[in-house]
Amino acid sequence: MVKEMRGKADTTRTEPAGTPRPPRERAVARAVESSVAMFRRKVRAGELGSLPVVLVLATVWIIFQSLNDNFLSPRNLSNLSVDIVGTGLIAVGIVFVLLLGELDLSVGSISGLAAAVFAVLNVNNGVPEWLALVIAVLAGTAAGTVQGFSFARTRVPAFVVTLAGLLTWNGLMLYILGTSGTINLDENGLVAQLTNYYFTDDAVAYGLAAVAAGVVFLVSYQDALRRRSVGMPHRSLQALVVRTGALAVIAFAAAYLLNRFQGLPLALLIFLVMVAGLDILLRRTHYGRQVYALGGGVEAARRASLNVTGVQTAVLAVSGTMAAIGGLFLASRITSVSQSSGSGVLLLNAVAAAVIGGTSLFGGRGTTWSAVLGMLVIQSIASGMAITDTPTAVQFMITGGVLFAAVVIDSVSRRTQEAHGRA
Amino acid sequence: MPAPPLLALRGVCKRFGVVEVLSDVELEIHAGQVVALLGDNGAGKSTLVKVISGVIPADKGVIEWEGRSVQIRRPHDARELGIATVYQDLALCGNLDVVGNLFLGREIRRFGFLDEMEMERRSRHLLERLTRGVPDLRAPVVSLSSGQRQTVAIARSLLGDPRVLLLDEPTAALGFEQTTEVLDLVDELRDRGMGIVLISHNMGDVKALADRAAVLRLGRNNGFFDVNTASQEQIIASVTGATENVPRQMTHREAGW
Repeated sequence: MVKEMRGKADTTRTEPAGTPRPPRERAVARAVESSVAMFRRKVRAGELGSLPVVLVLATVWIIFQSLNDNFLSPRNLSNLSVDIVGTGLIAVGIVFVLLLGELDLSVGSISGLAAAVFAVLNVNNGVPEWLALVIAVLAGTAAGTVQGFSFARTRVPAFVVTLAGLLTWNGLMLYILGTSGTINLDENGLVAQLTNYYFTDDAVAYGLAAVAAGVVFLVSYQDALRRRSVGMPHRSLQALVVRTGALAVIAFAAAYLLNRFQGLPLALLIFLVMVAGLDILLRRTHYGRQVYALGGGVEAARRASLNVTGVQTAVLAVSGTMAAIGGLFLASRITSVSQSSGSGVLLLNAVAAAVIGGTSLFGGRGTTWSAVLGMLVIQSIASGMAITDTPTAVQFMITGGVLFAAVVIDSVSRRTQEAHGRA
Repeated sequence: MPAPPLLALRGVCKRFGVVEVLSDVELEIHAGQVVALLGDNGAGKSTLVKVISGVIPADKGVIEWEGRSVQIRRPHDARELGIATVYQDLALCGNLDVVGNLFLGREIRRFGFLDEMEMERRSRHLLERLTRGVPDLRAPVVSLSSGQRQTVAIARSLLGDPRVLLLDEPTAALGFEQTTEVLDLVDELRDRGMGIVLISHNMGDVKALADRAAVLRLGRNNGFFDVNTASQEQIIASVTGATENVPRQMTHREAGW
């Protein structure tokens, strides 16, 4: 999907005026042919998009399914879809920072801090849940903004600023938790519901799948009509139907599977809506364009009179906010907050997810959807290992191998792209 | 009384630490004229361009726009005045596509979202006017050839309908045919009343295009010439400092500012 959207405008060139319209079948064949040719050209030019991660995901699923029949069961996949949400939301924030060509090491600590703020306010001090929730998220935003501003002003690399943040926010979290150690959340509260609630009515999942496919189709159809009206290259109706059809098949298959267990999880819905929303923010707005431009070259962006300091601050603020939201989902999953919240492999998994999903470490390339795909790979490996009783040690090594492969692919595709330009 | 110059620099100074890169530099840019800015490596040509375009604000000196004094502290100010620049290093974002680069910082919006279609349409229109080989508008700039990148950089500078255009070695990386394309374009823009500063090492280009030449040497003005009447030898002597009645000064300073 990510790749499709990126390639939106360039599949077809303007046809010379006066060419007679070919019959319908030939039009379809030609649409497919030109997409294939275009795809090949892109791969050769090093624009791999999400192709590698999809292949890895398919491989992982096939291997674990062959080892254990329960891997692709509705129950396991449904749990998987909820397990990816917490870390996945954090990874979305990481994608923003990676697009600048920087790294945010503080997201783990910020997620723990936000969870602690919520727990202490709500459970210990009786603040209403919604208010505690808002304050917790804003705490993440504030932490991110402070880091972003320091990074933009001092021009110290973000990973150093956020390394200081990692310690600071972790200390602050321990301070806030005080001696209480572990705080249990209300099992039926708002935050617990975030990952507990399922839309048990089948119609919800199917309806949303239909709405999503319909919206995508209408938007791209409108775009094609507009392009045609001014004689610009545009996709044919057949191509639109094929693409939307593919998206619809995936959406309905997912809805079917989820409905066979407990229905659509609320957490997954929130996750996908946020990812889609932030994807639009990044690729369809002025703000997002500035983020990509900074990843392509800070000096070039500055000379194009972009507000470099503002964008850099905002990006780390987004990252802090997403870390806080992710932290609340993680706390919701275990309905408790403890001194170990936000520690361990959380940070590494979030960064790994973004990179495995296809966001470049060198900045300027990637989309929020890579957080979803990357998290699916990581969580699939974790879940498959658990199902097949493989020790955690092996899980780490395999995830590490996948991450390494992702970095190598990123680096090679980047060089291919540059070499392509010299030809 | 003649109209004041479009852009005039008076007594502009710039130092980097202890190195005085520009001292008391004067320059006038008139509408409908091409000024060649000449000088050896390290003479301060590129720095002067960056001062005018707001990338490196001047330490001292006055900049006048149509006779009134203005401040150029950042690239935004220069753009607002109507000054566009094609930098020597092009200053493109390699990861963005051609359309993204052309409209960077002045995207066209529709209902608050980027209007990719309109931007693509205008990009195509503009590029078709500039060059015969229009590159793939949706390919990232990093995958274009250097000639195509140059075309993109020039096209970008023309988007905001500027009145002053600064070209820092626009033909250095180009082949014969593309050089001709660029020079023809400069000629056309001059005829439309734009004031143009052209930095070039190629005396042939300068002779063919420029109306006046301003020579910088070691960060100072070292002569102004009417290109139509001055001989090439006179200009080159001024560039190399052969007219100076002093032992030859070796300079080891890097160019490229």
